[in-house]
Amino acid sequence: MDKRVVFDENRCKGCELCVPVCPVDIIFIADRINKLGYHPATVTEQDKCISCMMCAKICPDLVIEVFKPEKKVAG
Amino acid sequence: MKQIFAKPQSMTDKVSHYCPGCTHGIAHRLVGETIDELGIADRTIGVASVGCSVLAYEYFDVDFQQASHGRAPAVATGIKRVHPESIVFTYQGDGDLASIGTAEAIHAAMRGENITIIFINNAIYGMTGGQMAPTTLLGQQTTTTPEGRRFEEMGAPIRMAEMLATLDGAAYVARFSLHDIPNITKAKRAIKKSFQYQLEGKGFTIVELLSTCPTNWGMSPNESLEWVQTDMMKVYPLGEFKTPEEGEKK
Amino acid sequence: MANETVLMKGNEVIGEAAVRAGCRYFFGYPITPQNELPAYMAKRLPEVQGVFVQAESETAAINMVYGASGAGARVMTSSSSPGISLKQEGISYLAGAELPAVIVNMMRGGPGLGTIQPSQSDYFQATKGGGHGDYNMVVLAPASVQELADLTMDAFDIADKYRNPVMVLGDGVLGQMMEPVAFKERQSAEFVKDWATTGKQGRSKPNLINSLYLDPEKSAEHNEELHAKYMTMAKNEVRYEVKNLEDAEVVLVAYGMMARITSSVMNKAREKGMKVGLIRPISVWPFPDEAFEMALPQAKAFLTVEMSKGQMVEDVRLAVNGRAPVYFYGRTGGVIPSPQEVMEQLEAVYAKVQGGEA
Repeated sequence: MDKRVVFDENRCKGCELCVPVCPVDIIFIADRINKLGYHPATVTEQDKCISCMMCAKICPDLVIEVFKPEKKVAG
Repeated sequence: MKQIFAKPQSMTDKVSHYCPGCTHGIAHRLVGETIDELGIADRTIGVASVGCSVLAYEYFDVDFQQASHGRAPAVATGIKRVHPESIVFTYQGDGDLASIGTAEAIHAAMRGENITIIFINNAIYGMTGGQMAPTTLLGQQTTTTPEGRRFEEMGAPIRMAEMLATLDGAAYVARFSLHDIPNITKAKRAIKKSFQYQLEGKGFTIVELLSTCPTNWGMSPNESLEWVQTDMMKVYPLGEFKTPEEGEKK
Repeated sequence: MANETVLMKGNEVIGEAAVRAGCRYFFGYPITPQNELPAYMAKRLPEVQGVFVQAESETAAINMVYGASGAGARVMTSSSSPGISLKQEGISYLAGAELPAVIVNMMRGGPGLGTIQPSQSDYFQATKGGGHGDYNMVVLAPASVQELADLTMDAFDIADKYRNPVMVLGDGVLGQMMEPVAFKERQSAEFVKDWATTGKQGRSKPNLINSLYLDPEKSAEHNEELHAKYMTMAKNEVRYEVKNLEDAEVVLVAYGMMARITSSVMNKAREKGMKVGLIRPISVWPFPDEAFEMALPQAKAFLTVEMSKGQMVEDVRLAVNGRAPVYFYGRTGGVIPSPQEVMEQLEAVYAKVQGGEA
């Protein structure tokens, strides 16, 4: 399945601002350490993401890109 | 899948030097989105100030000048007078704009310079390590107010937006906050308005943004957002203080 | 009034010369004794689609100059001593960011609020870097209203040529006096300012005007590049006038207004049969060391005369480098040394030379 939310983990400073704003509570801080030396925010349950953009809007570091499924044209 | 949120085109790929959770990054993005949406990247000239945002020019893919401490509105005046067709904005913190550069800010407003100021109020000097700013709240501890700011010795927080709104040359004066999504949305709307007014030649525009400094406040980034709401907003009410349509709102 | 001679006041001549040199932006703040210049620009610039702004302070004015210069314009500001002190921060930034601009200082006496009367006590500040950091700028010291016109026009070309601020260093007398002046038609070189912030306008990379180099190696490299530029300026921009050095045993050294008085003293001395010459630095930075080499084979002593307690005399001593005694006479506080006073000093030095003392 295509991802709805993509974290550019090597930009992330692990500030956690995105964690509480997620209405479906799928963002967590990973155990791994990124290039900058931080534990990056991440999402694994892509199927639960509703593409609300909350995380992207509060992120100070341009880490997050958000996608939405295209409307299927009938026929 | 269709992309519905991406880095603004008018911003560079560079990872910022700001501390984790500092809302400078949000303010930068809102300015970048505004430049994109108005299609003005090719004629925008930014002016970086001195303080945490000293390297702002590294993050915007537009022409920039770096100003000395507090003088960004004077530098912007020089640029705008030479290129009146360009869009000129300064990006200044509270030490830069409300302390050392108070005269430059007030007089750019008095002259009605057709420029936009993005004013970051985080109630502290960040870059130099957390000293008292003119915007520091009463009781707030900083390295130079170890017992908390006391009115008797250090005076009370300065409200730049309210002050500037009294000047005839100021066209648009607003204060918004970056502490949650609804407020970020309002802040974005105000920033876009301020640039639009400049495009229309309405005169001086300024958007003050309540911002966080987790590092020097000694709080986590999320606690800092909370503190903006519980403490800063009591001293710094949000809203539009002056618009070209309605004038000063008392 | 192309090439025709007109009678004008010094401060206004600077303004007209600037306009003829293509300056279209002036940012200033009132201070005596240079007020005629901003007033002239306020009237004149709108006639040529230029812009005059009265700033809230000298600090703001020099930073408006920074912005306008960074935007690609020929731009100028003027002030007098206390105001020039306030501009030093901006001048350092102009030098650091390599921005051309012309700054006029119509010196008055200091320190502090001092006096509104003429002085030459800002020589150190002008020539040794009044602001912070390692930098130099060409400093031109006119001695007549005609030179105010010529050197102001030169100043704009020098500024653009090196992307560096240039100072015109006058004094209260020069700015206030009226003399005949002819504005010479001149062909300025074309300066392509592809570094200016104009908005990207299709450029792939944004332009940046900046003096910040956080990386020590890059900062050092920037300083080396600046220094190389200053050395080129020092080589190319030396200007001076010499009189009667061929047989001069005592050489008077003076600049600006003081050089006029000193020159007339020299003439009187010559009438008395004294072998006296004159060196008049026109560029006080770079200092005209070579003029002293011309004088030294014959010269037995130098007498520097200034409206200060002795500032340029230090550069004279460096140029002479111990090869002859260097004497000094100066008055301060807006008091101009009279020809009689200078003659007395000269005669005293001359007597020492004749007596083999010097």
